[in-house]
Amino acid sequence: MLHIVACIKQVPDTKIIKMNPKTNTMDRRTAPAILNPYDAHAVEEAVRLKNRYGGIVSVVTMGPPPAVTAIKKCIEIGADEGYLITDRRFAGADTLATSYAVTKAIEKIAKTKPVDLIICGKMSIDGDTGQVGPGIARRLDIPPLTSVNKVVEINQNEGYAIVHRKLEDGYEVVRSTMPCLFSVEKTINEVPYSPLPNMIKAARYNPHIWSVDDLEEVDVKQLGLKGSPTIVSKVWAPQKPAGGTFFEGNPTSQVEQLLSVLLQKKELFETKEGV
Amino acid sequence: MDFQDYKGVWVFIEQKDGVVASVSLELLGAGRKLADKRGVELAGILIGENVKHLTNTVFEFGADTMYVYDQPIFKHYRTETYMKALLECADKHKPEIILFGATSTGKDLASAVATDLPTGLTADTTELDVEEETGLLLASRPAFGGNIMATILCKKYRPQMATVRAKVMKALTPQSGRTGKMVEETISLKEEDIRTKVLEIVKETVKNVRIDEADIIVAGGKGLGSFEGFQLIHQLAETLGGAVGASRDVVEAGWIDHAHQVGQTGVTVTPKIYFAIGISGAIQHIVGMKNSGLIIAINKDKEAPIFQTCHYGIVGDAFEIVPILIEQFKMALTRDKVNK
Repeated sequence: MLHIVACIKQVPDTKIIKMNPKTNTMDRRTAPAILNPYDAHAVEEAVRLKNRYGGIVSVVTMGPPPAVTAIKKCIEIGADEGYLITDRRFAGADTLATSYAVTKAIEKIAKTKPVDLIICGKMSIDGDTGQVGPGIARRLDIPPLTSVNKVVEINQNEGYAIVHRKLEDGYEVVRSTMPCLFSVEKTINEVPYSPLPNMIKAARYNPHIWSVDDLEEVDVKQLGLKGSPTIVSKVWAPQKPAGGTFFEGNPTSQVEQLLSVLLQKKELFETKEGV
Repeated sequence: MDFQDYKGVWVFIEQKDGVVASVSLELLGAGRKLADKRGVELAGILIGENVKHLTNTVFEFGADTMYVYDQPIFKHYRTETYMKALLECADKHKPEIILFGATSTGKDLASAVATDLPTGLTADTTELDVEEETGLLLASRPAFGGNIMATILCKKYRPQMATVRAKVMKALTPQSGRTGKMVEETISLKEEDIRTKVLEIVKETVKNVRIDEADIIVAGGKGLGSFEGFQLIHQLAETLGGAVGASRDVVEAGWIDHAHQVGQTGVTVTPKIYFAIGISGAIQHIVGMKNSGLIIAINKDKEAPIFQTCHYGIVGDAFEIVPILIEQFKMALTRDKVNK
């Protein structure tokens, strides 16, 4: 029985988020909280592997109490158990402190049932770093396999996994000992609509909720803001360029003006054959 | 931790099949400025098999020193082996700053190394500076999905680390014959102790998808309304011999593959000409294309932010403008051929 742990995050939907033009800060109220889209693929892949090989899927996240919603979403996708670690002492964590806290949670989960595989999304859409997954792998001293876009084989008896890792110009086939950690590309799978029984199960499901005190052998100095070597010193709105020249007139005239500008700048087309 | 012990700026030199990644050359340019400001050496760290000959390139692009690990165990990139070499080298020579390209390899390696050191790591930096006196690295990046810029510092740990986006820094003009000091390093790693094996590398030639290399990009956004509407972008791109780009919305709607996405979570591009059609111009998109030579925006909404980044703007319906553009271009091109 495989035990797969998927690491997830609840994030503000950065597509919808609005900026307050006066303060240049993000108006979080305008953004609904969603399951990080990359993590939905991580959970989906974990569930597919469970269906292929048998086993259970646990999801773990660090966040404020409303993050249970993101866990419920994972139960809808097909995860079996969800763990939320939530505590003010986690607040302000950068990627190093986050990977520490999540690792502590995984270690505790592993005490009840050893973990064979950890799956993360490629990155979160709010932090955009992709650093937490490899960080967790290093802390657990297991191989990190990033940019995974296909799982070829999991062989629990012999203790190895074979995956495709996406490269800039193709992919590589890698074999790794297990346990190991995958961080997955969006292209690895498609997340279908959840079946009704899963939705009912999710609605009734209560995740395990742990504070720092529920974790074991935690060095509180490594948590949250205190445990974060990086700090944000300055935040500013990106410089607004002056803006361009508008072409006036009817569409044909506008296009003609554009064309005359472009044709004057022939060097722009130099390398293009036939232009 | 005594910061006095940490000196010098390092650039991880990413290479593949004996070719240095262009982002590494760009970082040597950026690293040179930081090193000069601090009055310290700029070093490259190169790991691979049969890679020693690349040192000259690295010196020509600005490095003073090269640390080289050239061993069969480094034939393929693997987090475990590369990380061990880098950790050992950093521990021995103690750099104050290490920069990596924000490529899949650079990000993978930097994340693992930073965790083990441990130290702070800033991802996807687009601007770099250093405080002359303190050596504090000022690493700036788009944050919160690119809506704002943030400067990130790592005050209490050394080395300071950052991954840096490709195409946002400029490589120096190489000085032919410029040399430096090569330091050959070796590490004793046994193949049987390494837990991952690369079984096969499969190259896929994807036609027209390397938008980071295109001279002309025609990019479309949600304003085109549908997959069918987006075909207009393909038509114009074909006429101009350009590549097709897209905003994140379009990729998420499934009108085109992610490889075409320009912006914060896609590709940074620097073509000679960039057409932004039906793209409103969210900052996530802007950061990925603002360094294009000539930016032309076509949008119905006069207030769309894209118009503040473009050089030339046309306010109007893409379905009306673009067909005229295609027709006029074809005519101009034919005329040009006849004249030749």
